[in-house]
Amino acid sequence: MEMQIQEITEHQIWLALENVKDPEIPVISVVEMGMITGIQLSASDNGHRTCSITMTPTFVGCPAIDVIKKSIREEVMKLEFDEVEVKVDFETQWTSDRMKPEAKLKLEKFGLAPPVLLNDDELTVQQLNNVRCPHCHSTDTTLRSAFGSTLCRAIRFCFSCKQGFEQFKPV
Amino acid sequence: MSNALKDLLYKMADDALIIGHRNSEWTGIGPMLEEDLAFSSMAQDKIGHAQALYKILNEVLGEADADTLAFKREEKQFKCCHFVEQPIGEYDFSIVRQFLFDHAELIRYDILTQSSFQPLAQLAKKVKGEIKYHVMHADTFVKQLGNGTEESKARIQSSLNYAWHLALGIFEKSEFENDLIAENIFVGEDELKKRWLEKIIPVMESANLKVPATDEIKIVYGGRKGFHSEYLKPLLDEMCEVVRTDIDAEW
Repeated sequence: MEMQIQEITEHQIWLALENVKDPEIPVISVVEMGMITGIQLSASDNGHRTCSITMTPTFVGCPAIDVIKKSIREEVMKLEFDEVEVKVDFETQWTSDRMKPEAKLKLEKFGLAPPVLLNDDELTVQQLNNVRCPHCHSTDTTLRSAFGSTLCRAIRFCFSCKQGFEQFKPV
Repeated sequence: MSNALKDLLYKMADDALIIGHRNSEWTGIGPMLEEDLAFSSMAQDKIGHAQALYKILNEVLGEADADTLAFKREEKQFKCCHFVEQPIGEYDFSIVRQFLFDHAELIRYDILTQSSFQPLAQLAKKVKGEIKYHVMHADTFVKQLGNGTEESKARIQSSLNYAWHLALGIFEKSEFENDLIAENIFVGEDELKKRWLEKIIPVMESANLKVPATDEIKIVYGGRKGFHSEYLKPLLDEMCEVVRTDIDAEW
């Protein structure tokens, strides 16, 4: 039986991964988050095609990892691979600096203040200040608690619009 | 060498799991909402760290899977120190424990980023960034309570005095100490303790706390060798209660 084997490029996989969102932040894809650290394609002699994707979690104890792995597998399987393998490792460690600029804009629209750039610097209390309120854009805000509703969020308060808001923590 | 590595990973993972469980006991009863969330979040972080360490034990060193290691071992097989086993007590004790324990952890992971054992070095780089938040949290409250009212000052100092010799038990040495140092896996507990003291003493001073005197004979050892306080067994019974109702259930 002859089958037309379409060449699946890495580019198509990246596009497919754009459809996979972090369930805790449903406006940003795992690609924009910078969670995908490797894609490997292979085909055996009998035409068996495998895709292996490596990802790294935003927080080690992130409870969304299993859901994300499953969604990645489902999305990439649509490209008609015989096998899709999703590996989680720390060979490349996720930092909030891996988040793409467009992702940060989407975060702010979603109501979450984006993390400031750390540029490999040590985290200091100063870096947790000067954060813009996602609602009124004032920077007259303060950190209320470094721990929020999910591992990746801190709680802040805006003195200008008198609203509490959440920030994606710089890590 | 793999026995030395296993010993190091087990004690780190067991410390993280048990302190994580203790932290989670603040969920719902924190003295204020922010602290309820803080201890709950830190609990989740710690249990995540334990899981990642058990995963290395499983995938690289051939031990059982993470769930088995966490929920199906006997008390004797745990390598955590007595300090993490202690009940949460009052909030001042939990904050002091977090301060003493998390500073040690942050330094340990910072050192391990240079470890010759790559899986641990990679994980350490990630975990370090998370524990910084825990340390920042502890420092803030230790300073606030230490510079607060007469009651808060008295409470935090007395908790610190009570916690001191338990905390020093973190640095109980294993029989593999020299192997770990020789293979550049870890610099060893003595060096860790030295750097820990250098870090925490200035914070205690700025919190107006007296650094408790160390009496070598009072340091609480045993946990690293499987001899635990009276508090571990009841904790494990509670933590493993559901798993033990049907040990082979698929989740």
